Amino acid sequence: MVLDVFRKQKSIAVQPELESREIPEGIWSKCGSCSEILLNKDLDKNLKVCLKCGFHFRLTAHERIKFTLDSKSFREMDADVLPVNPFKLTDYENKLTVARSKSSLNEAVVTGEGTIEGFPVVIAVMDAHFMMGSMGTVVGEKITRAVEAAVSGEKPLIIFAASGGARMQEGILSLMQLVKTVEAVARLGDAGQLYISVLTDPTTGGVSASFAALGDIIIAEPDALIGFAGQRVIEQTIRQKLPEGFQSAEFFKQRGFIDSIVPRSELKGTLARLLELHLQGVK
Amino acid sequence: MAAILEFEKPIQELENKISELRSFSKEKGIDLSNEISILEKRAMEVRESIYGNLSSWQNVLIARHPERPNTHDYIEYLFTDFLEMHGDRLYGDDPAVVGGIGRFNGHAVTLIGHLKGKDTKENLVRNFGMAHPEGYRKAMRLMKQAEKFRRPVICFIDTPGAYPGIGAEERGQFEAIAKSILTMAKLKTPIITVVIGEGGSGGALAFGVGDRILMQEHAIYSVISPEGYASILWKDSSRAREAADVIRLTAQAILELGVADKIVPEPLGGAQRDPEAAAELLGQCLAETLDELVEIEPEKLVLLRHDKFRVIGALGAD
Repeated sequence: MVLDVFRKQKSIAVQPELESREIPEGIWSKCGSCSEILLNKDLDKNLKVCLKCGFHFRLTAHERIKFTLDSKSFREMDADVLPVNPFKLTDYENKLTVARSKSSLNEAVVTGEGTIEGFPVVIAVMDAHFMMGSMGTVVGEKITRAVEAAVSGEKPLIIFAASGGARMQEGILSLMQLVKTVEAVARLGDAGQLYISVLTDPTTGGVSASFAALGDIIIAEPDALIGFAGQRVIEQTIRQKLPEGFQSAEFFKQRGFIDSIVPRSELKGTLARLLELHLQGVK
Repeated sequence: MAAILEFEKPIQELENKISELRSFSKEKGIDLSNEISILEKRAMEVRESIYGNLSSWQNVLIARHPERPNTHDYIEYLFTDFLEMHGDRLYGDDPAVVGGIGRFNGHAVTLIGHLKGKDTKENLVRNFGMAHPEGYRKAMRLMKQAEKFRRPVICFIDTPGAYPGIGAEERGQFEAIAKSILTMAKLKTPIITVVIGEGGSGGALAFGVGDRILMQEHAIYSVISPEGYASILWKDSSRAREAADVIRLTAQAILELGVADKIVPEPLGGAQRDPEAAAELLGQCLAETLDELVEIEPEKLVLLRHDKFRVIGALGAD
């Protein structure tokens, strides 16, 4: 479920015309954790990690690809698969239009092939800026096709999850994408190929409860929100406030559900090392 | 007598009138059989008109009816020699999920299902059919056991959703559901899934990866409850009735969307009106489906199951 759409956003790109006339547009960002005002230029250079407190800003899919893959190695697949509005909901049509124009993406996931320090991979990167990364038919389909491309191309697969869960506006069809993606991952596993799942902020609902939970190796970014149920729903159910750090990456690592929490500055290197360790019978 | 839903009141009034006439006629020794039969005919017409034109929301109310037969009832009606198996061998036993082995129509089968209670006391024990991770892990254990001994698996879905609580999250609700889907995807034995009441989101889907997905006529299946949809997308949970139409959760809708394979008829007025008849209708459908599936090689079943789910969804051109 896409309940975490309503979680307080940790990072806010300062909108000068609305909030402050002193900060020119697009030059500064405010850290969602420590409120430090940061030069975007410095922030980008630091992989969008706060220079003061280490807070990891949410990335767009293309930022993630830029920070992860070797430059110019990315070749996108299935970029033109467009969502349909199966129940003809006006609200949904509008949301899709806004999401597309804001993100310049067709959907909440970008998939393709590339290399990491020379090692070829198939990669799928979700983007929480597009309807909170929610998974409808197209997201499920693109991820499934990426997994299938990994199987047929005999390449390792890396998926960066960033999603509030299944997309409500496609009803039961969204729910079935959990099965479709898991079926694909099952075949990759049967083929003996590596799947690294990277959980980024947020990974919840139907995405955490499907392919994202099934990596051979599960890595998380620091402080990412992870879990099944949304925090508001839990609070309403149990009628108490949730403890600090509940459902964080650290919370789940301590409870045995995550292999490693890797800061963004070390992520590319870690992935490259894992890819090298899984080269079988080569070299 | 089943509890009466608001929209059933016209039927209830007619039924009351009929029974009044009956006792009056008996008391006074007056023959009113003509009047009674007219009213009975009228009651049947009203019943058919009401149940033939249910709104999605009215269907939701029937699917959640407290007296609707639950997994336990269907075990009693349809299975012999049922032995319940407890525990996930890792943490504990979840009373919101029942599982075990029994005989159905000549086959030894594994049965797994959510179990809702019928009153507050039972529901406190059963947690309203909302499972914790150990419920899903128990189910996975029993599925693998079924595969080992070449038993078909029958799953009954009847849950508002997986339990949203602190312990459930701490013990990895997301991981348990994902693994349950994976376990079913790979299971080399026939799986029949039946939505017998409420099929709520991932907590339902964890038992939903069947070779055949059956839905009882008044069961519902959805990615989110109508209340949840209304409160999240419209910020107004009082619009749940409207949301029930929008999210398309009735058996008929789920069939049309290519998710359900078959609708299992219920007695007029819903399974709660006549649980025994409901069980018989369900039993027939299960028996036919099972006879068909046991003929297929287990390896082939896994391939077909993959192909079935691979094409579900609404895709634009690319």
